[in-house]
Amino acid sequence: MATLSSPVSIDVAKTGQGGGGVRPPAYGGGGDGRGDGSPDYGARLRRLRLGLAIGLTSVTMIFVSLTSAYVVRRGLPTLDERTNTYVRDWIPVDLPITLLLVNTTLLLVSSIAAELARRQITRQAALAPIRSIPGVSLGEGKGFPWLGTTVVLGGGFLVGQWIAWRELADRGFYVATSASSSFVYLLTATHAVHLAGGILVLLYASAVSLLHTPVEARRVVVDVTAWYWHFMFLLWLYIFGLLWFVR
Amino acid sequence: MGLALLAIIWLITFVSTYFFVAQTWWLPHGASTSTPWIDHQFALTYVLMGIVFVAAQGALGLFVWQYRDRGSASKVTYSHGNTRMEVVWTALTAILFIGLNLMGSPIWASERFAPADADSVPVEVTGMQFAWYFRYPGPDGKFGRTDPKLMDPSAGNEAALGLDTTDPAAKDDVVTGTMYLPVNRQVNLTLRAVDVIHSFFVPQMRFKQDAVPGLAIHMHFTPTEVGDYEIACAELCGLGHYKMHGMLKVVSQEDFDKWLVTKEAEKQ
Amino acid sequence: MATSATIHSHAAPLGFIRKYIFSLDHKVIGLQYYFLALVAVFVGMFLSLLMRVHMVWPTAVLPLVGEIKPETYLQLMTMHGTIMVFFVLTTAPQGGFGNYFLPIQIGAPDMAFPVLNMLSFWTTFIAFVVILAAFFVTGGAPLHGWTGYAPLSALSNSGPGEQLGADLWITSIAIFCIASLMGALNFITTTLDLRAKGMTMMRLPLTVWAWFVTAILGLLAFGVLLSAGILLLLDRNLGTSFYVPLVVVNGQIMGHKGGSPLLWQHLFWFFGHPEVYIAILPGMGVASQLLSTFSRKPIFGYKAMVYAIMAIGFLGFMVWGHHMFMSGMSPYTAFAFSLMTMAIGVPSAIKTFNWLGTIHGGRVRFQTPMLYAIGFVSLFVSGGLSGPFLAQPVLDIPLHDTAFVVGHFHLIMGVAAIFGMFAATYYWFPKMFGRMMNETWGRVHFVITLIGTYCIFMPMHYLGMAGQPRRYSQFTELAYLQHLMPLNRFMTYAAIVTISAQLIFVLNLFWSMFKGPKATDNPWEATTLEWITATPPPHDNFGGHTPVVNHGPYEYGVPGAPRDYVMQTDPATVASH
Repeated sequence: MATLSSPVSIDVAKTGQGGGGVRPPAYGGGGDGRGDGSPDYGARLRRLRLGLAIGLTSVTMIFVSLTSAYVVRRGLPTLDERTNTYVRDWIPVDLPITLLLVNTTLLLVSSIAAELARRQITRQAALAPIRSIPGVSLGEGKGFPWLGTTVVLGGGFLVGQWIAWRELADRGFYVATSASSSFVYLLTATHAVHLAGGILVLLYASAVSLLHTPVEARRVVVDVTAWYWHFMFLLWLYIFGLLWFVR
Repeated sequence: MGLALLAIIWLITFVSTYFFVAQTWWLPHGASTSTPWIDHQFALTYVLMGIVFVAAQGALGLFVWQYRDRGSASKVTYSHGNTRMEVVWTALTAILFIGLNLMGSPIWASERFAPADADSVPVEVTGMQFAWYFRYPGPDGKFGRTDPKLMDPSAGNEAALGLDTTDPAAKDDVVTGTMYLPVNRQVNLTLRAVDVIHSFFVPQMRFKQDAVPGLAIHMHFTPTEVGDYEIACAELCGLGHYKMHGMLKVVSQEDFDKWLVTKEAEKQ
Repeated sequence: MATSATIHSHAAPLGFIRKYIFSLDHKVIGLQYYFLALVAVFVGMFLSLLMRVHMVWPTAVLPLVGEIKPETYLQLMTMHGTIMVFFVLTTAPQGGFGNYFLPIQIGAPDMAFPVLNMLSFWTTFIAFVVILAAFFVTGGAPLHGWTGYAPLSALSNSGPGEQLGADLWITSIAIFCIASLMGALNFITTTLDLRAKGMTMMRLPLTVWAWFVTAILGLLAFGVLLSAGILLLLDRNLGTSFYVPLVVVNGQIMGHKGGSPLLWQHLFWFFGHPEVYIAILPGMGVASQLLSTFSRKPIFGYKAMVYAIMAIGFLGFMVWGHHMFMSGMSPYTAFAFSLMTMAIGVPSAIKTFNWLGTIHGGRVRFQTPMLYAIGFVSLFVSGGLSGPFLAQPVLDIPLHDTAFVVGHFHLIMGVAAIFGMFAATYYWFPKMFGRMMNETWGRVHFVITLIGTYCIFMPMHYLGMAGQPRRYSQFTELAYLQHLMPLNRFMTYAAIVTISAQLIFVLNLFWSMFKGPKATDNPWEATTLEWITATPPPHDNFGGHTPVVNHGPYEYGVPGAPRDYVMQTDPATVASH
């Protein structure tokens, strides 16, 4: 009948059960050096990054389709019933550029903060096995709260977008005023929704740090979210560029 | 079971093919200049596809019976395939499909790439929930202005289209619910829709085109036989879609002119 | 390559809720999807039964339902299409069988993201509840067809059901998009990252290739549908004019201007065409799997089959305009789309030749799964060959929006894909439930369904050629259609018989779950990894072991081997290519 292979053996010295024992870092294999049974965070990180890349493809497709609709609509003439001719009815939107530039800067800084948060926790995760050696101290304090900074700045961006929408309304551009204004609201709102999702995940990452989840597990979450965050920044640059240069 | 499968598959194939060959239910009699071309391309396609259909189903039925497990008498021919055969039948299929398509392209081009002739009869066809209206520009040859604000479907004809009678060009426009065309002359259609997408479908003219709100679509065809031809709506437009039909009457040039004169007179 | 230790190992759950309701086990989730689809298909079939009866007896007063008005017919039709396409064809083959068997066939203990998997099922479930709700709100379900063309779908006063019903329809589809995107992410990551040692991409069963490419199609297509739906919701509720130009409905000027109805069609069909390949590719994978297994022969041209799946997926994104030949789109663009459409017929033909080549020279066993696989090939040939008619714009002129199109897509999606699901059910039932389904009743169901569906859908081609339009609630108004009524009535009788016969399948399914003869671990003597597990498989599929793969998936009839099949995990020394 079927022959099953024997389980793949991982070449690591087992120095006792439970946490807290002295163990050397892992070499090769898939293990993380703590012996069979504990999760392989390296593989988990790889898998989540892969999943993120795949997921971002679908987000890209949403914005590709919206872009296509935008560009085509901008160039599309519409039939004027009375004169029986085709006329272009695209009204460029009077964008509050200064406000949007401020928001862009906020998001840029938040992206920098997110990257610093990512590197910070990567270092903490790498040093975790050493920290578990009794009597060893690395002399580091809690470190600058880069994660919290990202959340605050991201929230600031969303507030700034809200103010920008109010400004647009004051200038007479509401959602249904013109095709161009509809797209401005649609593109920026869709981005904002995705950004808000990122903020929720960051809040979750901050919250679990209070629940004493292993730093390696938290690192995976923060790493992947930081990459998502960078994508959201680049996406915003793209949308801003589209709305400005393809007015 | 192998024999039963062969019998069922071959029977289904035979019956299906029979009704195609016998043309028991077929394309209605065509009466336009495009009919011979379209019908020829149709025939070419269905003969070629028919051959493939019979061959494929026939082979399927045959193989499941021929290669049934007969116990120790059966021997499997272990093989992962045959690359040369793959290349050959892929190439043949590509040539068949693409060739067929390219053969039909000149017909499409002549129907749709070229604008209407200069001496064609201009008719504007407007679809709305749930009727077709036909507008003739009258002696001035110009379609007058329509205004959405003036549209009143319950009043029919001119009012349904919102014809703006203050426009001089509109004064001689004739709007009817029945389409009249002179035989052997090309008609220059302008297709419009007032509310949702409709589709102007005259099976016997081998003609179909969606009428889209916000667009004025120009198309043409040439009827070749005098007669009455039913018009059906061919794009779901609401609860009355099934009864949004009209009638095309193709008459001699004389009768057409007479009819138009009568209609103009009625407007006074 | 991942070992079982690298999965976030969740111990087998305790408690009814964690074990059956919010399970993270891909096998339970797969069954949840399957049973959701089973409920959906019976709802969808009931709707189509009412439709067929109304078409031939428009004034009939039916028991329970009463009289069916023209708008009601269209509402039934819209919901029939939407429920069938989304909640049956996009749910059971991929979410059902794919979820259950993809991880096992690649040697993994679960999907890459089990929590996401659970969420994607429950999101699908919510979408189903929302769409059913459309029947019960004021105005009822929308009547704009599953394709939802604007402006009909964008104007609340274009017909009954176009108020709240239409909004619920769009919302349900949007929720479904999100669920599908989550599922696609999971399938792709799993296939790329969780394969067992020795399971190279070119040793994957064709079922896995099909699920993998289907997931890629879904990943790229559902986002576009989501965009399209959001724009439609905005047009309907916030007064935007993405799709609606200046229109006058029944004398009333609506407040839109400048929008393009064709924009909806482009966005919808950019999704819609890949969607139909999403519906059929898993069935093709199952057909390949079963034809090989039950012919005791390797699949003819494995590499060509893989490339064909990829080609179908890739080209599937380039042909959407063939739904729009009559739409007012540029005729030059139409020509380009028609060439691409003819091109996509080529990989489909390759697959058909290879299926025939697999049976040729084999030792065919006629157990029920094989009957359905053979039926699949026949139906795919029939449905596929009407494609080249529609792919030519000039022939699309007489055939667009007629019963010809309805026959074409029903033979492929409505029958062949369903046969793929029947085949998969009978094939994998022993592994999932530890019992065999009844062979005799399986054959009876197969014969009635094969003949019955041909009787319903083959005549649609004749009707279409004769000019019978689709989406008509009745044919009483056009003289040229009257001679087609006897054929329409024949089809309705066939539908009544065939739909009734589906009860045989359901009874067989449920009876066999409890009373069927006990199954061995590998009743079909098949080679792929699901057949080395216990029956049903334990929580982590392989009982703590990690399979090591040494062979391709279709090593049947290998000369010199001890048996007529070599399992993928058999030692490498067993002779094979």
